[in-house]
Amino acid sequence: MSESMTSSFIMFTGANGDQVQGYFVEPDGSAPRGSVIVIHHMPGFDRGSKEIARRFATMGYNVLCPNLYWREAPDAAPDDAAAVARANGGAPDERLIGDAAGAAAYLRAQDNSNGKVGVIGYCSGGRQSVLVGCTVDVDAVVDCYGAFVTGTPSERFPLKVTNLVEHLPALRAPLLGLFGDDDQYPSPEQVAELEEILVREGKTHTLVSYANTGHAFFTTDRSAYRFESANDGWARISDFYATYLGA
Amino acid sequence: MCTYLTVHAPIEASAKGPGGQWFAASDAVVYFDHPVHATADHTLNIDLPNPRSASGERIAIEMTAASARELMKAIADVLETVPAELTA
Repeated sequence: MSESMTSSFIMFTGANGDQVQGYFVEPDGSAPRGSVIVIHHMPGFDRGSKEIARRFATMGYNVLCPNLYWREAPDAAPDDAAAVARANGGAPDERLIGDAAGAAAYLRAQDNSNGKVGVIGYCSGGRQSVLVGCTVDVDAVVDCYGAFVTGTPSERFPLKVTNLVEHLPALRAPLLGLFGDDDQYPSPEQVAELEEILVREGKTHTLVSYANTGHAFFTTDRSAYRFESANDGWARISDFYATYLGA
Repeated sequence: MCTYLTVHAPIEASAKGPGGQWFAASDAVVYFDHPVHATADHTLNIDLPNPRSASGERIAIEMTAASARELMKAIADVLETVPAELTA
């Protein structure tokens, strides 16, 4: 547990060799530690995402939250950049994968890195976290209520998001999934389908779905917040990362 | 959820943006998703981006689905009430 840390905006090399902004948080001290990539949700590189990054730093991890919309509007406020990205069709999966690989490399290059890197994402970032787990060299994956890991997106969705069913056999790290029974995106049926695939493919995983809980239950400034579920979820994430990231 | 649902409407309009400056708007971006400021978990959101802004300047509105329907009705009422030759 570390309450003393340094946070700063840094630039790292992302997809296509682009320089991408990230929010880097580093607990004080030189002791070797694991690292976490925090993937922000579709509304952007916002205050809540940075608060989550700092929370992981209190748990002893170096943390990098890439600004996935840096290219669209580098000087914009996070919500305005998210609006620009959305109007342009969102962050493409291939670019996200390249940015996550760059973030992992940045974290592993730190002198105090123990070489282990985890990834976590919320909402749209939950899906992206699983995608990263299937395509990037990471050691632990957390998916918080990511829709369209399984299931079929509506054809009316102009952003053309696809599910990850074809990617899941390539999942290369243990997966912790945290969901709400009352959520429809992902629905309990879609979570069950994910479980079935992970069992069939022999992937190490734990999927938890909380009763009386819907989407976005970790979001502290929304009515969706469910503190019992969120507290249990944080405890599970803490144990999961302690096991696989070795902090 | 993040709905991913985004619809564009070509418009010919002017909007008064941040700093009180008017700009010509040519695109309305409409989506239903998590708001930044409104208290509802999901809202109907409309952005009118300033196409000349490199920093994402825009007019942004977040409203409940019920409010959006009220606004649609008000717009329809106004357009149906004024003389047709003015809105052709």
